[in-house]
Parts: sequence; C-alpha cells; structure tokens
Amino acid sequence: MLDTNEAYTTEDGRRIGEVVMEMKNITLRFGGVVAIKDISFDIREGEIRAIIGPNGAGKSSMLNVISGFYNPQQGEVWYKGKKRPQMKPYQVARQGIARTFQNIALFEGMTVLDNVMTGRFRQMNTSLWAQAIWKGPAEREEVANREAVEKIIDFLEIQHIRKTPVGRLPYGLKKRVELARALAAEPSILLLDEPMAGMNVEEKEDMSRFILDLNDEFGSTIALIEHDMGVVMDLSDRVVVMDYGKKIGDGTPDEVRKNQAVIDAYLGVAHD
Amino acid sequence: MPEQLIWGMEVFLNGLMAGVLYALVALGFVLIFKASGIFNYAQGVMALFAALTLVGIMEGQVPFSHLINAVFGTEIHHFGWHVPAFLAIVFTMVVMIALAWAVNKFIFRHLVNQEPIILFMATIGLAYFLEGVGDIMWGSDIKKLDVGLPQGINLAIDEVTYNLFDYGFFIDNLDLWATLVAALLVIGLVIFAQYTKQGRAMRAVADDHQAALSVGISLNFIWVMVWSLAGFVALVAGIMWGTKSGVQFSLSLIALKALPVLMLGGFTSIPGAIVGGLIIGVGEKIFEFIMSSDALAGQWFGFTISATENWFAYVLALLFLVFRPQGLFGEKIIERV
Repeated sequence: MLDTNEAYTTEDGRRIGEVVMEMKNITLRFGGVVAIKDISFDIREGEIRAIIGPNGAGKSSMLNVISGFYNPQQGEVWYKGKKRPQMKPYQVARQGIARTFQNIALFEGMTVLDNVMTGRFRQMNTSLWAQAIWKGPAEREEVANREAVEKIIDFLEIQHIRKTPVGRLPYGLKKRVELARALAAEPSILLLDEPMAGMNVEEKEDMSRFILDLNDEFGSTIALIEHDMGVVMDLSDRVVVMDYGKKIGDGTPDEVRKNQAVIDAYLGVAHD
Repeated sequence: MPEQLIWGMEVFLNGLMAGVLYALVALGFVLIFKASGIFNYAQGVMALFAALTLVGIMEGQVPFSHLINAVFGTEIHHFGWHVPAFLAIVFTMVVMIALAWAVNKFIFRHLVNQEPIILFMATIGLAYFLEGVGDIMWGSDIKKLDVGLPQGINLAIDEVTYNLFDYGFFIDNLDLWATLVAALLVIGLVIFAQYTKQGRAMRAVADDHQAALSVGISLNFIWVMVWSLAGFVALVAGIMWGTKSGVQFSLSLIALKALPVLMLGGFTSIPGAIVGGLIIGVGEKIFEFIMSSDALAGQWFGFTISATENWFAYVLALLFLVFRPQGLFGEKIIERV
C-alpha cells in the first residue's frame, strides 16, 4: 500500500504527505569498513519513520548522512524534490533538518531557555546593525522567537527548569531539552538518535507520548533510531531494518515483524 | 599620617587606571578562550602588531621597506602622506580581521579537536611569528603614537583635590580615557554575547561543536569573528599602551601581566577580566606604596622593600590558585561521575 507516492490518511486520521526525503543507493565507507551498503529508502511528510537494527548495524551512520555530518561515497540524497549537493552539517541544519544526538550534545553552561533559543538560529535573520539598534525589527524578531520557544517549553513540560543551567539537569531532562532545541528550529524533518536510550520505563513513556503528540498536533515529520523494539513498533508508521550496513527490511511494523530476515537478525542466525 | 592617607588615595586611583589597561589585554584572552578553548599566548603580540600597523599607516610608512631596500637596493621609507587617525584605525581593523581569517584558515582549522596544550603551543608559535612579521614590516625602532587622545595631568581633578586636601592628585587624562573606552567596550561585549544572534552562537560554539553545527551555526565563521573581536580589543589595548609608553616591542610582554589578572577574574568571564585587572592594578600599586614607605612599612615592620610591582601580581594569583582555582567569576567546574 505504500508503493505509491501519493498522500493518504492513516487509520487514526493523520495525514501522510508526499516523500520529503529520499536516500538513493547510499554507500558509506570508513577506510576499509563499509558502514552503509547501498541503502535506499524514503521519508514521507508527517510520518514517524524508524530505523532499527542490532548494534553496529549502521543506524547512527545513516542519521549522520541525513544530517550532513557524514558524506557518503556513493549515492544521492534527495530533499524536497531536489538532489542535495555535498553540504556541511550547518548548511543542512539551515535547510530545516534538526537532530538530537545519541550522547546528548547540549550547551552545558547555558540555561535551558538559552539552549532552546539557539535552536531558533535559523529563524534569526536581522542584521548585526539592526540588532545593535535593537528597537524595531530586531526586537520584534526576538519577541517572536521567544514566544515560539516558550510554546515548545510548555509543550515539553520543562517550564520549571527554564533558567537552570543544563549542566545541572538529570539525564532524562537533558534529553527533553535537546528535543526542545531541535523542535525550536521548526524543522521539516526531525531526526532523533535513540531518544529513549538509558531511560527508565516512566521516562520512556513520557518521551513516547511527546513524540506521538508532536507528530499528531504539529504534523512533524520524524525519523528516529531506537533499540527498544516495543517502543518502535508502537510509535512508527514505517520501519527500516538494518543489519551489518545492509537494509534487510522496510515496511509497516506488522510487515517488518513477519519478515524472516529481520527475525533472523534479531534472534541470531549464523551469517555466512 | 593623614598625609599618607591622601597619598594612598591618589595611589589607589592610579592603580585603578593601571588596572584598566591590564584588563584590556585580559579581555582579549577571555574572548578567545571562551569561544574556542584556546589560551591565546599571542594576544599581547597582537596588541603590539595592531599598534605598529596603526602607526605605520598613519605615518605613511612603506611596509617591508627594509626588506625591499635590501633586495632591490632602493631607498624608500615613506609614501609621503599622512593618514588621519580615524581612517588609520579603520584600516588597521581591516588588517586585524584579515589576520583573524588567516589565523583560522592556516592554523586552527587544522587543529580542531586537538589537545589544549597543542593549541597553546600553536599560539606561542603565532606570537613569535607575528612579532617577527611586525619587525620586518614596520621596523623595530620605538615609535610615538598620537591618535589625538588628551594626555597629561587632569587639571580639574588636580584643582578639586587641592581645594579638598591641600594636595592635588595627579591623574593622567589618557588613563581617564582608557577607563571610559574600556567600560564601553565591556558593556558592548556583554550585550553582544548575551543578546545577539552571533553572541549566542559564540557561546554555543564554546560549549559544544556538534550541537552548534546541528542548529545551523558555522564554526569557521564564529572562529573568525571571535579572533576579529580579539583583534579589535588588541587594537584598543595597543592604542592605549602605545600612546602611554610608545610603541615598542616590550609591549608584547604586557601579555604576561594579563595572566594573574585572568587567574583572579576567571578565564571565562568578561566582567571578571575587568575586576581582576582593577584588583591587580590597585593591589600592586598600594602594596608598593605601603611597603616602600618609611612611615608605613618602616614603622610597622621595621623594614621597607621596593620594586614589588614586578612580583606582587603573581603572588596574588598564586593565592587564588590555591583557594579559588576558577577565579572570582569563572564558571564553576561541575563534573558528573
């Protein structure tokens, strides 16, 4: 049912749009090691797309390719109907692809509010001179950005720690702040690298709820990597399964669950 | 004894003024350290280089004239024009921005993610390289720098204090100007760092490279910007020191006095650099005044010592290292295990 490139509506009434990003035959090597081998898949507007696979399958490498941190040796990245030339990570970010990191990359010395504000970097366009004068465009822009940021802070329920330096927060909250910063960019695609890694059950439930709400209320397109199979199957619309750098499955959670190659990869079958 | 008190007040004020000049140099260190974690040993030399370039442009000196004369057997020294101070400052700033760009492009871009000690060594190399280039470019003679800042005793203060205490304080006009400029500079920098897009980006880059990239910040742009800012601060410091004591190569040594200032103020705090500078300036002047005075130290301790200004700042810094290693205003070092 997902072979066509047309928009459709899911059973729970969410609208899934056209393909916003397409990876075509991506191959990524580090010296002699092949991290990703000839993988193709697409991400559609408004869907939650998961990339799963055992340790070392190349999931994070894939995310790094999408966000421009790695440049693949072969293959093409198509974004919003155009082939993307080789880009630096900050250029990719400015195009509207925001991400979080597996090992949390926050500005530890800055407050939660400042951290989330940096996420608005893309939306800050007044010149340095206008900012020096402050009154007028610069002030209006700052106010607008602050409003957007406060909304996100409310949404993720981190109001109580707005002024706390991030370095002092516990792990679970840091993960949430990182998500807030990525959201602040109002991205076309939100990339989450193991958003639930290292969390306890309660924190995982919170995070799952946020991801679902985000997608539901704002129609965010989300691509995420996750280890916890239960979580992935509950959250995502479509799943890509990777193993040893290769794609071994792609489809709805149900399709993937029945896929023999996937079952083998997870339960362990001798690789020849 | 009241006589000593009045002199002490004058010494105190002069100490504040001297401290402002230390603070100006320290400020350049803080900027670069904050944004890139590099302890820039070359900051003092940058001040020297900026001052040399400024004088050279104002006087219409031909750059590399000695070299050109030696190679081609010519006899050129000056273009024969004089550039007004304001314009020369603008040109010098352009040179400092070009320097910032070159430093990033040819040195620090290639040293990303290296150990701090390696970055530090690179700045030592940069310091000697820049000193050499300054020498070849503009010559090594002591030059007079006059950008039109008023100099000499401030008569108003002299008169007021004379009427009050029967003793006129000697406060140099130049020092007053330096104070004013430093105050404006600090206010400007703090506002810049806290409230502007680029300022926020600067703090972000200082904190985490990956995260900064992921929100769309170009590291190279920020680094060039920070080195340019440090170049600007160096230029201001160069103008003040150069006007006060002539543009000479010993200027690069004032960088060393910024070290104790930084240990007091903290390496990461802009206001800290200023307060640290003032404490060092006042501390060493007052200490010298007390310890070398027969009426004070002579009576209290039975001996006097002089020339304490050379080492007092370092001893003070040492005490701070023992009791408060992050400085007065430095960010607390929090580490989770």
